[in-house]
Amino acid sequence: MAIVRAWAPIAIALALLAAVNLLLPSLNEDYRVHVLLDVGINVMLAVSLNLVNGVTGQFSIGHAGFMALGGYTAAFLSIRLAAYQLHGIPDAVSQGLFLVLALVVGGMVASLAGLIVGLPSLRLRGDYLAIVTLGFGEIIRVLIENTEAVGGARGLSNIPPWAGFFAVYVGVFVTILCSRRLLASTHGRALLAIREDEVAAEAMGVNTVGYKVRAFVVSAFFAGIAGGLYAHYQTNLAPKSFTFIRSIEIVVMVVLGGMGSISGSVLAAVVLTLAPELLRALDQYRMASYGLMLVLLMLARPSGIFGTREIWELWPLRKKSKPDADRELARPAGSP
Amino acid sequence: MSAPAIVPELRTEVLVANKVSMVFGGLRALNEFSIDIRTGDLQGLIGPNGAGKTTAFNALTGVYLPSEGEVRVRGERVNGKRPHQICSLGLARTFQNIRLFKELTALDNVRIACHHTAKAAWLQAVLRTPGFLREEAAITERAEHYLSVMGLSAKRDEQAKNLPYGEQRRLEIARALATGPSVLLLDEPAAGMNTREKADLMPLIRRLRDEFKLGILVIEHDMKLVMGVCETITVLDHGITIARGTPEQVRADPRVVEAYLGAPAAEKHA
Repeated sequence: MAIVRAWAPIAIALALLAAVNLLLPSLNEDYRVHVLLDVGINVMLAVSLNLVNGVTGQFSIGHAGFMALGGYTAAFLSIRLAAYQLHGIPDAVSQGLFLVLALVVGGMVASLAGLIVGLPSLRLRGDYLAIVTLGFGEIIRVLIENTEAVGGARGLSNIPPWAGFFAVYVGVFVTILCSRRLLASTHGRALLAIREDEVAAEAMGVNTVGYKVRAFVVSAFFAGIAGGLYAHYQTNLAPKSFTFIRSIEIVVMVVLGGMGSISGSVLAAVVLTLAPELLRALDQYRMASYGLMLVLLMLARPSGIFGTREIWELWPLRKKSKPDADRELARPAGSP
Repeated sequence: MSAPAIVPELRTEVLVANKVSMVFGGLRALNEFSIDIRTGDLQGLIGPNGAGKTTAFNALTGVYLPSEGEVRVRGERVNGKRPHQICSLGLARTFQNIRLFKELTALDNVRIACHHTAKAAWLQAVLRTPGFLREEAAITERAEHYLSVMGLSAKRDEQAKNLPYGEQRRLEIARALATGPSVLLLDEPAAGMNTREKADLMPLIRRLRDEFKLGILVIEHDMKLVMGVCETITVLDHGITIARGTPEQVRADPRVVEAYLGAPAAEKHA
């Protein structure tokens, strides 16, 4: 029974995604599909960054760096793999396997970098950690810009177009699923405890140092996967796509969605990716109105769209009746 | 409700400090502080403001590394160990200025304290393996048990920050108990409580000791509470242990009176 419940959502989601994939026009023909893929990538980035910034309460603003590392590693690998083909299996399957291999290696390289960046987080907090992660993101970008093997400032092109709707949204699904299930486990609660009160978490037996580093590693892994997927539908990568601004965009999504709220991160990523597209009609006022929208949203919901909660927790029907509250009021508590 | 008295042979040493000193620069905040807490002990640590109570507490719980001396939890030397390691050896604490995980529910606050019982890896959590699910169920059950011990079952799903003050204090104790301690350190448990709540606190502390076979050390400001509940009291002043004994002995000790009330006028002029 437990096994069915653990695996059923995965099977259903994969089937659904495969079905939608058949109905969608192929990638190159439609601009809207391209936007849909961008939405997917941003959802992955926001949900993975939420693990560090929202759940664990560490302030990282170098997420584009992890994305770049994963993207470039995967692309570098698959450009070389594209010359080969596995015997005895269809083309598409062979490509799929190569893609998975490239993505996983990219994710692992990114998480290794996450480990290296996570280590200073043992000693730094708040603004100071933010500066370290900012520096990291910029270092990665400058390194790539000056590495001829990956195209330098010109960028890396001719990446095999292996990722489409199905691949990107499987990535989105896996990221959300892992994040959600992690949060609902003892490990997720340990991360939340660090955000709430690090001293108390440590005193209650949570290895805060270990957990902070692990949060960085897992978060960077998924950012790396997102970068890899991005590379395989863009078919080219340029260092200028991974600037500090890109990192900030992702931070904004997490903050706007509500710290620690997965559904909030997803919604904010969708809204903030679509908004510039939908605001195109406003012409030169486009980015100004985008900014204005952000300001208004933050004024209306200062702790993010969903605060620290999930969308279904805000649903009024799910709220339990509280008979004990009345008893509490009747009791003369607090009176001397 | 009284549990059977603890058999003398079971009174094992749970927390021992041996001549622990804390030196900050030129300041000796704690000087050769020693204490010996065994299962079933109910001891108090008192002293006027700035006497070094909190310094002693931090040295015992691993927040500070003692400059000199040795701290042992259940016989194991813990100098230099991190607080979470000391916690898993069996030392639990509460905080003077309540430090709950405010945004989380009462249940989750306690479940986090059951963290050390979890063995499942991250991947198992993601795949929801049967072993992981069993473990989560066990953690929830354990947490619910400690909530009910502290009379907080009805508040299971309330966010900690929304609980009234007295219940927040009780939740902190529930959380400390859930770590499965052998020794419990209560840091000014009566701080901010009214007379009635303080009166309720004394039987509660005794009950904890008896029911969970704990050694308890209470750090308090409030003389009445400590005198009422503790069997042995250590008095600190300027980092120096100036008295130790039963409440009666301590109350009669002229050095304690002097530390709290100042030297009598006659002596000062002498």
